[in-house]
Amino acid sequence: MGEVNPIEIELTVNGETRRCRVMPHRLLVEFLREDLGLTGTHVGCDTAQCGACTVLWNGRPVKACNTLAVEAAGAAITTIEGLAPSPKGIADEAAWHPMQRAFHEHHGLQCGFCTPGMIMAAIGIAERHGDALDEETVRAELEGNLCRCTGYQNIVDAVLAGARAMTPAAQRGDG
Amino acid sequence: MKKFGIGQPVKRREDLRFLTGRGCYTDDLSRPGQLVGMAVRAPLAHAEIGEIDTTDAEALPGVHLVLTAERLKAMGVSNEIACLAPPKDGVVHGRPVLAEGRVRHVGEAVAFIVAESREAAEAARDLVFADLEPLDTIVDTARAGDPDAPSVHEDAPANRAFVWSFGDAVKTGEAFSRAAHVTRIRIRNQRVAPNAMEPRAILAEYEEGKGFVAHLGTQGVEGILHQFATLLGEPEERIRVVTPDVGGGFGMKSFMYPEYVLAMAASRALKRPVKWTADRNESFLSDTHGRDLVSEAALAFDEEARILGYRIETIANMGAYLSNFAPAIATMAPLQVVPGPYRIPVVHQQVTGVYTHTQPIDAYRGAGRPEAAYLLERLVQRAAREMGLAPDEIRRRNFVPESAMPWTNATGATYDSGDFLGTMEAAMARADWDGFEARREQARTRGLRRGIGMAYYVECTLGAPSEEVELHFTDDGRLRLYVGTQSNGQGHETAWPQVLADRLDISPERIEIVQGDTAAKPTGGGTGGSRSLQMIGNACVVAADALIARGREVWAALEEGLEAEDVEYAAGEFFSRRSNRRIGLFELAELARSAELPEELAGGLDIAATYTRPASTFPNGCHIAEVEVDPETGVTRMVRYTVVDDFGVVINPMLVTGQVHGGVVQGIGQALGEAVAYDEDGQLLTGSFMDYVMPRADDLCRIDFHFREIPCRTNPLGIKGCGEAGTIGACPAVINAILDALWDDGVHEIDMPATPHRVWQALRDARAAGDGDRRKVA
Repeated sequence: MGEVNPIEIELTVNGETRRCRVMPHRLLVEFLREDLGLTGTHVGCDTAQCGACTVLWNGRPVKACNTLAVEAAGAAITTIEGLAPSPKGIADEAAWHPMQRAFHEHHGLQCGFCTPGMIMAAIGIAERHGDALDEETVRAELEGNLCRCTGYQNIVDAVLAGARAMTPAAQRGDG
Repeated sequence: MKKFGIGQPVKRREDLRFLTGRGCYTDDLSRPGQLVGMAVRAPLAHAEIGEIDTTDAEALPGVHLVLTAERLKAMGVSNEIACLAPPKDGVVHGRPVLAEGRVRHVGEAVAFIVAESREAAEAARDLVFADLEPLDTIVDTARAGDPDAPSVHEDAPANRAFVWSFGDAVKTGEAFSRAAHVTRIRIRNQRVAPNAMEPRAILAEYEEGKGFVAHLGTQGVEGILHQFATLLGEPEERIRVVTPDVGGGFGMKSFMYPEYVLAMAASRALKRPVKWTADRNESFLSDTHGRDLVSEAALAFDEEARILGYRIETIANMGAYLSNFAPAIATMAPLQVVPGPYRIPVVHQQVTGVYTHTQPIDAYRGAGRPEAAYLLERLVQRAAREMGLAPDEIRRRNFVPESAMPWTNATGATYDSGDFLGTMEAAMARADWDGFEARREQARTRGLRRGIGMAYYVECTLGAPSEEVELHFTDDGRLRLYVGTQSNGQGHETAWPQVLADRLDISPERIEIVQGDTAAKPTGGGTGGSRSLQMIGNACVVAADALIARGREVWAALEEGLEAEDVEYAAGEFFSRRSNRRIGLFELAELARSAELPEELAGGLDIAATYTRPASTFPNGCHIAEVEVDPETGVTRMVRYTVVDDFGVVINPMLVTGQVHGGVVQGIGQALGEAVAYDEDGQLLTGSFMDYVMPRADDLCRIDFHFREIPCRTNPLGIKGCGEAGTIGACPAVINAILDALWDDGVHEIDMPATPHRVWQALRDARAAGDGDRRKVA
């Protein structure tokens, strides 16, 4: 077996350009958590079933446990930490992404472990469907994200409310 | 009504960090110089261990240590995690830290590697050669006691760990001998995996001269501290246990596990931090499982369908070893509520705990009470069918009436309050019970079988009966509450301040809580048994009252001419009844800190207070499930779900609703899909989320949840607890609904999980049997 060498990649993480050397077998989720210290993205399984590791890749949700870090070269990755950063800190609810606010309002989380992945998946669902989103669609498209605490009902309600709040009309304040 | 007071749906403060990625779970922590721990697990369920050759593994670069049972013991570490609830006259084998002599379940750790990196540890894992001589296995609960079953422990004949019984066998026998009708049932309550989304993990740090700091996800730090001290042979003062954020526990994170001991021992040996984190496959192989019992039970009825007696014989699978509380879960845990909501004069129960070549069993959400409710509610439903009564009618005839409260049942437990009939009727109204037959007919036109099922459960809350809290005022003008329970995600950081702020009439913003750190609060019973709000909530009441009493004394001591009895407290202020003098709670605390106080008031306003519950509380409620079964495919769809619960006084309805939703879905999960499966050789067939059916968003319907607040009469707040209730009611409601849907097709029994295949097979078998009957007639 030949020697395996790290590969240099450049990518954007939470708006910041990063140039890093990573091993070719390093998973994106390991790179984010262990190399960049972005521990908001979680690992809940080893078979790409639970979705706790979901991040946005050029705005679209992907499971970071099922992606190599080197594949992300040139991509823009958004993790939960970078979703709505505020210089005033995490307590600045006004700066939160509408989906974060919706999860808070609807009690769409308990232990919080699946939550970052849920929110990323939810943003993808909202962007795919816009105004046309209904409960059945949310349930069907959350199929790739597991939650053991909430029974999903409040998550579904949060996704519907968050999606409404993400529409252009709602963002302008006239929705 | 106060905006943030008792009864308000106050939003959660812990959300701030969870929603922004700033939660801190054990694996999120890292230390400079940290090493990685990794278990080498047995690939066989039963084998004689010969030599364990670690030479090649140790020779790999980056490998610091390879532990085996022998080496662990040489380091002064005990190799057996004691069962903390050993059964009387039982054969007790605690869980080994590392397998010694034999392995007795797949996944049992035989060695533990400590290396610089995960890659190095993985490479070393492949180079540990354990010489394993395969032996015969027994995994099936019902067959574990068979004469030809392979033996798990030589000193346990018939693989019997214990036999436990309760009740009056003679009187129960008499009840059956004069019965007009007897309904019998044989039920398997299958093994399930708790599957908290956060896998177990530990970061162990040892520093010479100081001792240990362990960060790990627990359900309470005190119990873990005691066990660490015993296992490691260290005084408790040398060990600090910290539990940061926990990504779900459901009972499973209450216990001591081998990997925790190994990481601590390795850290002590190497003087380096050691982190171990399970991957999901390891969780399936090493976490305790829940349930796994087979019961034969019978109810005796008189001519009016009133219950005369109840008899239960259960075989409870313990797995290969007795985990911390396993024997109690199948025996004492549900005992108080074995008769459920019914007037049952006599009960007799026998439980045989058996060893098998499977993972240890222990508490899983509900811990014994879901098993008890499932058995009784399936029996009652079947009895109603046999006697031609409606599901509500058989319950009406047997419920303990509200007028009889407090009611002492056949096990000696006293239900302080409850209106079972009123709660059932409220649920029936919300579920449109009367309109069901029209929905059934409508479904039939679509080729589907629609069924409705009911379950009425009574729960008894459990756990340590006493809890102390401390209140300290901080330099920056806040009130800090120290508790010895541990949130696993339920929202404790929001709920405790809500109670305390309500009693002290101050803003909850000024209250912070400290939990999960033995250095800050060494005692506490932890989260489990639906106890936390009941225990800490009421301890907050006791503490608030003690704080106000102390404040009166302190102010009187500091203020010339003021008598304590003239001091009153309201709206966050002390004031004198005889003058216009007043002082805020926080100002007084600050004043007291810098003042000279008499000895009996030393410490100023910082106090500790203890609440001891006089009895279990008895949450209860009615679940009504509606399902549609496709007879062609066997697929069951949840179409309607109604819950009406009596949790006593509700502190935060938003949090309570979340608990019920989550609990119900865990119950639906067990009813429809979840099952840990082993093959005959004890190989785990469900080692990932691809094989183990977790409930997902699209498997479910909306849950209509409503609560009735019938105050508990045995605690100051009047609360009953809500953490496990959803899980307790859901399994029997769903299975009763499926049997209702399929009854006319000839399916009269089905075991969980009612997977499409099992339902399809049951329909097919029933059809074949029906054809056979017709042929006989012809």
